Amino acid sequence: MKNPLDSITGTIVSGLVLTLVLYLFLKNFILAGV
Amino acid sequence: MDIMLDGIFRWLHIVAGVTWIGLLYYFNLVQVPAMKEATADGTAAGISKHVAPRALLWFRWAALVTWFAGAALLGPNFTHAFALEPAYAGIGIGAWLGTIMLFNVWVLIWPNQKKILGLVAATDEAKAKARRVAFLASRTNTMLSIPMLFFMANGLTHKAAIGL
Repeated sequence: MKNPLDSITGTIVSGLVLTLVLYLFLKNFILAGV
Repeated sequence: MDIMLDGIFRWLHIVAGVTWIGLLYYFNLVQVPAMKEATADGTAAGISKHVAPRALLWFRWAALVTWFAGAALLGPNFTHAFALEPAYAGIGIGAWLGTIMLFNVWVLIWPNQKKILGLVAATDEAKAKARRVAFLASRTNTMLSIPMLFFMANGLTHKAAIGL
């Protein structure tokens, strides 16, 4: 499998996916009981 | 924190951060592809000798200033942010990502760039390995900068807008 970081497009898409994952993690786990 | 000091640290954090991340984007969007073409037509030496060392100097020190100004800005809330306590979890995630990026700059990118640019002695094999490690660490930082800026921008001041 090709490393997505080898291309700029793959790097940006990976960054956007990570942003969404971290946002959902924050909202549904850390802030779930607040 | 004194409101004047708070303002100075915020300003310093942003100025140094723009310098750091601006140079990171320059490396990834401009210098890396330019070096590839320059190596092919034999003109890479100018970039390696005159541009890259200067860019790396501002890049690594701006990274350090950004981190310390950010830490000063968090002040007594520093541990709350890094512990991801609910009130500071948004900015805390940004702070963690920024810290990982600072580590990459000083532990992975800079030592390997010194080998690539010939500032320290290295065999051709070591240079080839250093080139790949520095490239991937730089790309990792570019990837991490996307969520880092999202949480830095929204972590404290726009909580309501994005449901945090």
